Amino acid sequence: MEQEYTITAFSENSIGLLNRVTIIFTRRQVNIESLTVSQSSIPGISKFTIVVKVTQEKVEKVTKQIEKLVEVLKAFYHTNDEIIQQEIALYKVPTEKLMSSNEIENLVRKSGARILEVTPDYTVIEKTGYKAETQELFQKLDAYGVTQFTRSGTVAVTKNPKELLTEYLKELE
Amino acid sequence: MEQKETQKPASIKVTGSQSVIKSLIEEGVEIMFGYPGGQIMPIYDALYDFTDKINHVLVRHEQGAAHAAQGYARATGKVGVAMATSGPGATNLITGIADAMLDSTPLVCITGQVGAMLLGTDAFQETDVIGISMPVTKWNVQVTKAEDIAPAIAKAFYIARTGRPGPVLVDITKNAQFAECDFQYKKCEGIRSYIPVPKVDVNKIDQAAKIINEAKKPYILFGQGVILGSAEKEFRAFVEKSGIPAAWTLLGNSSLPTSHPLNVGMLGMHGNYGPNIKCNECDVLIAIGMRFDDRVTGDVKRFAKQAKVIHIEIDPAEIDKNVKTEVAVLGDVKESLPLLTERIKTNNHEAWIGEFKKCMDIEYNQVIKKDIHPEKEGMTMGEVIRRITDKTKGDAILVTDVGQHQMIATRYFKFNKTRSCITSGGLGTMGFGLPASIGAKMGAPDREVILVVGDGGLQMTIQEMGTIFQTGAAVKIVLLNNNFLGMVRQWQQMFFEKRYSSVELINPDFITIAKGYSIEGQKVTSRTNIDNAIDTMLNHNGPYLLEVVVEKEGNVFPMVPAGCSVSEIRLE
Ligand SMILES: Cc1ncc(C[n+]2csc(CCOP(=O)(O)OP(=O)(O)O)c2C)c(N)n1
Repeated sequence: MEQEYTITAFSENSIGLLNRVTIIFTRRQVNIESLTVSQSSIPGISKFTIVVKVTQEKVEKVTKQIEKLVEVLKAFYHTNDEIIQQEIALYKVPTEKLMSSNEIENLVRKSGARILEVTPDYTVIEKTGYKAETQELFQKLDAYGVTQFTRSGTVAVTKNPKELLTEYLKELE
Repeated sequence: MEQKETQKPASIKVTGSQSVIKSLIEEGVEIMFGYPGGQIMPIYDALYDFTDKINHVLVRHEQGAAHAAQGYARATGKVGVAMATSGPGATNLITGIADAMLDSTPLVCITGQVGAMLLGTDAFQETDVIGISMPVTKWNVQVTKAEDIAPAIAKAFYIARTGRPGPVLVDITKNAQFAECDFQYKKCEGIRSYIPVPKVDVNKIDQAAKIINEAKKPYILFGQGVILGSAEKEFRAFVEKSGIPAAWTLLGNSSLPTSHPLNVGMLGMHGNYGPNIKCNECDVLIAIGMRFDDRVTGDVKRFAKQAKVIHIEIDPAEIDKNVKTEVAVLGDVKESLPLLTERIKTNNHEAWIGEFKKCMDIEYNQVIKKDIHPEKEGMTMGEVIRRITDKTKGDAILVTDVGQHQMIATRYFKFNKTRSCITSGGLGTMGFGLPASIGAKMGAPDREVILVVGDGGLQMTIQEMGTIFQTGAAVKIVLLNNNFLGMVRQWQQMFFEKRYSSVELINPDFITIAKGYSIEGQKVTSRTNIDNAIDTMLNHNGPYLLEVVVEKEGNVFPMVPAGCSVSEIRLE
């Protein structure tokens, strides 16, 4: 059965690695729902967070292929209940719509979003949450005419009390 | 990237190009295969001063350089080295690199690249070889500074040869070749993010031993892992103590002598009858250093479903990739096999082995007899191969190209020694044979190297006859000429209603072509002359072309048609 999995991979920070990682997915016809790369908590080590919708068998194989890459230290995959994940969304609406009533402000407050910037022309709203939540807010705001909407990829931390990579690095020594 | 380093020796000033050559010498490279061009000229210039240390073989096409390096690596166990210029030189290497990737052959390929300032400008002969080679290399890197060259080459050799071997590519920009740097070579001894050999888990060995000790019909499938792990002796000890029949994949061939009583034959689409059908009858299947390629499993949904599978393997990504395992023993076979051998009972499985013998009798009567003792007029590939292997007493290295002749040669050639069967398995690359045979001969000059090649495949890299001419590499070329792209024709006959679409070849006079390169040869068209001709070839001091005209429409059997179960193997 297909479901959402979040793959986290820790790697050396080297040129071209992103390419090597994505090739693994394209070759196997796996669509990447979202992908973010950032510095991890350990200096010099990057963290990939990749969300895919596949079967358990597929995610397991793909994760092994990622870990096989020379520059990758370790790769894990998680189901949604094993992680805490969030994404951030930005919405741009015309300021006149904001001013014409307090409906938008109400929406912002109720959904735990916030207003980042107000100019005479436009207002930028930010919301962090699950994809479903940022999507819901989009639909509500769009009733007033969202002129731009963008969403980051998912970032995630595991619920596991141990830090998987730190454990692993200790093991290496 | 962090790298564990050994102690620093004193450094000297060199150019980047000298650094390349000195690094190769430090890695023990004695032979390399390549072709010069604009963006690698400084390195060729540096090479000019080291011709006493490194024998650079000038091939006729960069694909030939890659395949020759593969042949060399497969025959010797050392890392093969190929070198080419940027752009077309680099892209010409790709087929060989891809072949080495699928067949786990250690290669270091060095390519020249335009100067760093020109990268990304579509400069003359600039191609993104890093991008192009990414999916077909174990690792690759572009170097733009002279001081980074030696560490990159050290890492390249380390990655190519350790763990599951594979091809790596080092792309060096021209400015880095010209610039000066300090040279001090440190061999790479480890990379933080890369664990080439997983640790053997003794619990897994115990579990595997228990299953093996309780098995009634255990069956070993072995692949190239035995050879790559230099574990032939350990493997043989395991086979002999367990008394378990063992069958080989195309690439595992020759790691156990053909004549060994427990060697029951070949797996795969054109493998032997018993070894194929018994996959679906055994109760325990012990896979050693092999990866359950679809050419071995047939329809994988109907492969060995009844068996408990033990997989002994170095690459964690191979576990459960195609076939689900009961127990996976990760690690180096050279280490895990003795541990397993210690824990198993001495056993023999006479009745079970008897079943393989019965299958062999059936195959002999329906297939082999007709192949090697034909009663028809036309010569068969099988009879030619059998005569050659008998005359060379199983001591020769066999190199093949791809097609019918490849399957017939690997089925009927006999081997006493390991690393003696060099063939393109995973990629099935026509044109592999001739250059690979040159590399094999240069790596094993004291051994007889027999190339078996088809009339199609020979013409894919026939220009490498020039390399033979120039180097004198004494390869014995056996051309099995059926004037067809035989393997494709066979499929068209069997699965496309004999619609022979673009498979007939109007061929040149191969003997005359060889003569142009001063390669002696003769063409044999009838059985009466074949023995003499083979003797002449084997007694000839130097390269030789023996062209044998074989029946036009011979077919290779047994055959597991694509998509069928191994149980549905056809004998005719
Ligand atoms: C580079 C490449 N192109 C195409 C093929 C497909 N192919 C596989 S076998 C074969 C026919 C080989 O013919 P020949 O070399 O004459 O050998 P034969 O099968 O007749 O022994 C072809 C075209 C291939 N394996 N490699």
